[in-house]
Amino acid sequence: MNRRSFLHSASALAAARTFATPLAVFGPAAVAAVPTHADYRKLLILVELKGGNDGLNTLVPYADPTYYSLRPKIAVARDQVVQLSDSAGLHPALAPLLPLWNDKRLAVLQGVGYPDPNLSHFRSIEIWDTASKSEVYLQDGWLTRAFAVEPVPASYAADGVIIGSSELGPLAGGGTRAIALADTEQFLRRARLAQTSNGGGNKALAHILKVEGDIVQAAGHLSGRTVFATQFPQGAFGNAIRTACQIVANPSGVAAIRVTLSGFDTHANQPATQARLLGEVASGLVALQAGLVELGKWDDTLVLTYAEFGRRPKENQNNGTDHGTANVHFATGGRVAGGFYGAAPDLRNLSSDGNPAYAIDFRNTYATVLDKWWGIDSRDALGGRFATLPFVVA
Amino acid sequence: MLPRLLALPLLFAAAVAAASTQPMGYEDARHLLARTGFGPTDAEVRAYAALTREQGVNLLLRDARTDAMTPPPAFVAETGPLRYPRPENATVEERRAFQQQQVRQGLELRAWWMNEMLVTRSPLTERMTLFWHNHFVSSQQKVRFARLMYAQNATLRANALGDFATLLHAASKDPAMLIYLDTAQSRKGQPNENFAREVMELFTLGEGHYSEKDIKEAARAFTGWSLDRDTGRYLFRPAVHDNGVKTVLARSGAFDGDDVLDIILARPETAQFITTKLWREFVSPEPDAREVARIAQIFRGQNYDIKVALRSLLLSDAFWAQSNRGTLVKSPVELVVGTLRQLDVAPGSAMPFAVVAAGMGQNLFSPPNVKGWPGGEQWINSNTLLARKQFLDRLARMDDAPPAMMAVAMPAQAGSDDDKVRAQRFAQAMDRGIRSVQFDAAQWVARQPGATPDARMQAAQTLLLPLEPVVAEAPHADFDALAFVRATLLDPTYQLK
Repeated sequence: MNRRSFLHSASALAAARTFATPLAVFGPAAVAAVPTHADYRKLLILVELKGGNDGLNTLVPYADPTYYSLRPKIAVARDQVVQLSDSAGLHPALAPLLPLWNDKRLAVLQGVGYPDPNLSHFRSIEIWDTASKSEVYLQDGWLTRAFAVEPVPASYAADGVIIGSSELGPLAGGGTRAIALADTEQFLRRARLAQTSNGGGNKALAHILKVEGDIVQAAGHLSGRTVFATQFPQGAFGNAIRTACQIVANPSGVAAIRVTLSGFDTHANQPATQARLLGEVASGLVALQAGLVELGKWDDTLVLTYAEFGRRPKENQNNGTDHGTANVHFATGGRVAGGFYGAAPDLRNLSSDGNPAYAIDFRNTYATVLDKWWGIDSRDALGGRFATLPFVVA
Repeated sequence: MLPRLLALPLLFAAAVAAASTQPMGYEDARHLLARTGFGPTDAEVRAYAALTREQGVNLLLRDARTDAMTPPPAFVAETGPLRYPRPENATVEERRAFQQQQVRQGLELRAWWMNEMLVTRSPLTERMTLFWHNHFVSSQQKVRFARLMYAQNATLRANALGDFATLLHAASKDPAMLIYLDTAQSRKGQPNENFAREVMELFTLGEGHYSEKDIKEAARAFTGWSLDRDTGRYLFRPAVHDNGVKTVLARSGAFDGDDVLDIILARPETAQFITTKLWREFVSPEPDAREVARIAQIFRGQNYDIKVALRSLLLSDAFWAQSNRGTLVKSPVELVVGTLRQLDVAPGSAMPFAVVAAGMGQNLFSPPNVKGWPGGEQWINSNTLLARKQFLDRLARMDDAPPAMMAVAMPAQAGSDDDKVRAQRFAQAMDRGIRSVQFDAAQWVARQPGATPDARMQAAQTLLLPLEPVVAEAPHADFDALAFVRATLLDPTYQLK
């Protein structure tokens, strides 16, 4: 079976895997007939900044007077900015990321967006999670489609783990073995209640049976309590980072992990809220680096932030910002080539609804993950050819 | 489960022809009550089995209450001004006390609603209130004041089976909503678009039936809709209302917010959108476009009478089709309330069970975002499925020693949204809840109809499961009642309705 015909039968494969799961537990060989070219020893960790982080106060164009005239009340003062260049600098709460930047391991992706942007939280995150065009509705997440093209080895605990969120996002749909959990120990305690069966039935029942099978598979592989010297931060995001490190510590592995930090929908009183959240992001990423270094996995991990959209350059009357478009994101990891990518938003040239044009299509970052990080041909998974960016060093 | 096997095409055709005059029978009655209420008991099913389908649906709708049976928590009668203590006018202690008070009241409120669902004689009213809570979403996370969340709940219940136009206007001016979607903060010159966007996308028209321009214009019309912080009531503030001409959905005028809602209600897409959502709630995960169009037209033609829409849906062929049985996933609240009702278990306090449902992904009065709980298959992932199974397992093995995890559960910090803390709170609540109830499996099975123990177990399984079990064994002589009930509850089909 060549790759093209394989792709076309991806949904059939998904269906087959639904019921093959119990087999896979005992006989990985049954699935191993499918050749795997992708290098899933390399891990992807996605960090979702849910609600739409305000990129303009994250990477501040502190030398641009237009920025200060658009935001008389909520702009980050020039003397507060952690300067990275003579025109842009980080929000002060992100100061803990400075060592990564100085190490050239922090890529700053500027103006990430897509054509014909949608300003609804739900629709826009769906566009990001399914890597669809703005007007196209797809069911499966972009990682689900990628894993249909190049399956994750059946010996892995799971294809991906979703930590601290009940929405599977990029791992939604299809036959992906996605495990959602809050905490590894709790997951293992409860997993004994899952049972495999060969039943079929309607779509909802098939879904439940698949989840039961995935639990049995994952629980059979995840084990142990690794003790870290790394101090993980308090709070929900710090715990999610700790859990991510616990999962990475298991030898059987997963290909992707998604952690989520919510609360970025700052329509009102943005400064204090965003400062707190960005502080959690910064301390979380620093702890993640430390944990991965301890495990010897830092060089095999790519961390990428994303969100449904950025926020509007002009502040609103409630000391907040409304839904916008292009946004700044970060990539980090032991093989990331640090520096600026894309282009800062042109604040003198906003659309009729007050938003900047994008400089990087988010699917260029996905193509970079698929083609350059994992070595999967991204065209089928992304529904078209998107250029890669040089932020990953092979 | 012989009757299900007998539903062969020929017999089925005959059954459809006779459905209008024949008693619906046990299986149909079970289906009707499971879909419109919370896990029915054998006695409830029997009462409906003797009616025709039409009589049954009519009775359900006729008897639906518009208010709760149980009195709300005392704090809802408080009338003090609604003001958040802020750093400039309150000490750290005062702000912490306020925070703790709202957390405590929020918990009382959830327990109250959970209890109402457990005891009500009008389960459809509560299911519809829950439906509208997940439609006209507000969350205490943002609204803060528990008493406003209660007032919204009462408004949703009063209009749950009334007319949608009245409900839309009432929900839009509801104080919790005015806070949740920032309407109260919006003023002319720089209108906040939050409510204008969500009212079109999520409450009425649905994505794709309006433009960004419509949202901006509608946002101007909603300026001035505000909240009197002294009384906690809706207040129109003319000084911040934009009196100018707006163009919304191709109509122009000096519209105010009510005008915009009426323009939206005049669009056929609104009836389509609501009917589609009701279909997914009551009929199947895959709406039939032609049937939806037919019912939406009736709904709109009958002044958006929600009972008319519901009656049409519940009497549609699709609702009764065998292929649509057991195709919907129970929400966590349905699973918890339904199980306790079906097993005749009456908890002393519903509070732990509200926390248990939250641990499965449905925290009443705190939906995750304005789109509400996504529902359907998305209720079930590895995390939530295991939380469900743990609850069912514990309920069916109460005589066993609690697992070690219950004993070592650590104290939870109030007000934290930390996942690990939440997990601990779930474990503690479950332990408290399960310890507070008495479920005697042997007695419960003995109360089911049947001449022999096997027959009674078979009857119990028919009551509990919407489909043939896929894992649980058929009843047999040396299956003790507790093991049998446990196996049935843990069968994957028990998650369905």
